[in-house]
Amino acid sequence: MPEKLYNWLDERLGLSAIKELATHKQVPDHKHSIWYYWGGLCLFFFSVMVLTGILLLMYYTPGEGAYDSVRNINTHVKFGWLIRSIHSWSANLMLFSAFVHMFSTFFMKAYRAPREFLWWTGMGLISLAMVFGFSGYLLPLDDLAYFATKVGLGIPATVPVIGPIISDLARGGAEIGPITVQRFFALHVWVLPSLFIPLLGLHLYLVQKHGMSIPPSEQAKPVAQRKTIPFFPNFAVKDLAVWLIAANVLALLACVFPWDLGPAADALKPAPADIHPEWYFMSSFQILKIFGNWFPGALGEFLGLAVFNLGVFLWVLVPFFDPNTRSGAWGRRVTWYGYLVVLVTIVTTIWAYAALPAAH
Amino acid sequence: MSDVKNPQTPEEGADEGRRTFLKLAAGAVGACYAGLVGYPVYRYIASPVEDAAAVGAVTEVTLPPEAAATPKNAAFMFKFGTKPAMLIHHDDDTWTALTAVCTHLGCTAGYEPSKKQIFCPCHGGTYDAHTGANVAGPPPKPLDKYKVAMTSGKVVVSRA
Repeated sequence: MPEKLYNWLDERLGLSAIKELATHKQVPDHKHSIWYYWGGLCLFFFSVMVLTGILLLMYYTPGEGAYDSVRNINTHVKFGWLIRSIHSWSANLMLFSAFVHMFSTFFMKAYRAPREFLWWTGMGLISLAMVFGFSGYLLPLDDLAYFATKVGLGIPATVPVIGPIISDLARGGAEIGPITVQRFFALHVWVLPSLFIPLLGLHLYLVQKHGMSIPPSEQAKPVAQRKTIPFFPNFAVKDLAVWLIAANVLALLACVFPWDLGPAADALKPAPADIHPEWYFMSSFQILKIFGNWFPGALGEFLGLAVFNLGVFLWVLVPFFDPNTRSGAWGRRVTWYGYLVVLVTIVTTIWAYAALPAAH
Repeated sequence: MSDVKNPQTPEEGADEGRRTFLKLAAGAVGACYAGLVGYPVYRYIASPVEDAAAVGAVTEVTLPPEAAATPKNAAFMFKFGTKPAMLIHHDDDTWTALTAVCTHLGCTAGYEPSKKQIFCPCHGGTYDAHTGANVAGPPPKPLDKYKVAMTSGKVVVSRA
């Protein structure tokens, strides 16, 4: 009977083609294989966020009642604190995994032809993930969310001409308020997912099309010496094990360090002394601050923004500078650029945290 | 080497046993995880149901002051726990409290002063305004009646 049912479905849905694909797909097995798991981890944390996000939608209300509805979730709804905590922790762990994934694919030169669109769709996904993080941060409308968003939306305002227009449109006025929360909510639960999910689909399709990328050290070996394991079941089981570890880490963090809800936002109260953005914005925050100190006034803000954007622009265009194994000196220069970016990111992040005043 | 092919050797039997054990263990761990995820999610979604059950468990409601001022041949609508209910002030100055939930399909029924009866517009169910008895239309049961206590302008309605 199960076989009959399978045959009936197979004729109509083409299941065996998928099975064929899964059993024939091979995953390279070498000393850098550990980096193959980070993309899958991003997918896992994203799925957790979709599910917990839907659950939060059942009780969250944007606009005037935003803060009270989050307080209700945190204190009254059964396990509400847990669902919210998992959603927030998952966001942070996804961005962390995405950064590891980005840097590991960079140094494994996985952006080289014909994989350029994997690099670019990845850039799009990580950018959208950061906008997800920024917009989600405001939704509870506690004091930290209020002032962090105020600072964040002040940054585009320094760009001449269009900057103030962008900031005003994002805020829905001159000040952050219930209208801002309402539009950030629309962005967070509708606009961003409807951009993110198709882009993610394209990214995953391209991974299937081009297979896992093989790092240069493996490509140097003759084909006969390269080892592979079947995707199904061998790699899938390992992937599942990694997801299980991730689920345990996530549950532990969410329970032991439940996400806080500060006092309700109040524009008339001074901002908290240790006000700062989420860790994944700290580096760019510090770069802007450094330029602001070097060149006082609007010039410093503009220069900081320009240098930061130039760095990101070069990062995105890397497949053009280093298109294949014959890139030679350019290939090495791109690797050095990667080291520089890692160094600047780490140093400015630590610097930014060290510069924070102690919490009250 | 020949005994490797023989399924009756102790090693082979132990292998089979180990495989069954591992399958069962994996299934048990999987079930534990499903429970650990499923239980909080269920309680989270069911949270308002628990709240409603607590509100619905009331046995007595003190009505606002307007209730006592209801004119004759009129009704005052209120909530008994979570459910709509009505307090009717009759022409003979007696009072009746009934649930307003039609016993047919749960619409809210209302008092009709012109006919001095309770009428549900959804399917034309009609009830007696004094007893709550179903007198016409599809309702299968009478409306539940509550006890009314009037003390110095305060109306207290309680489960009969």
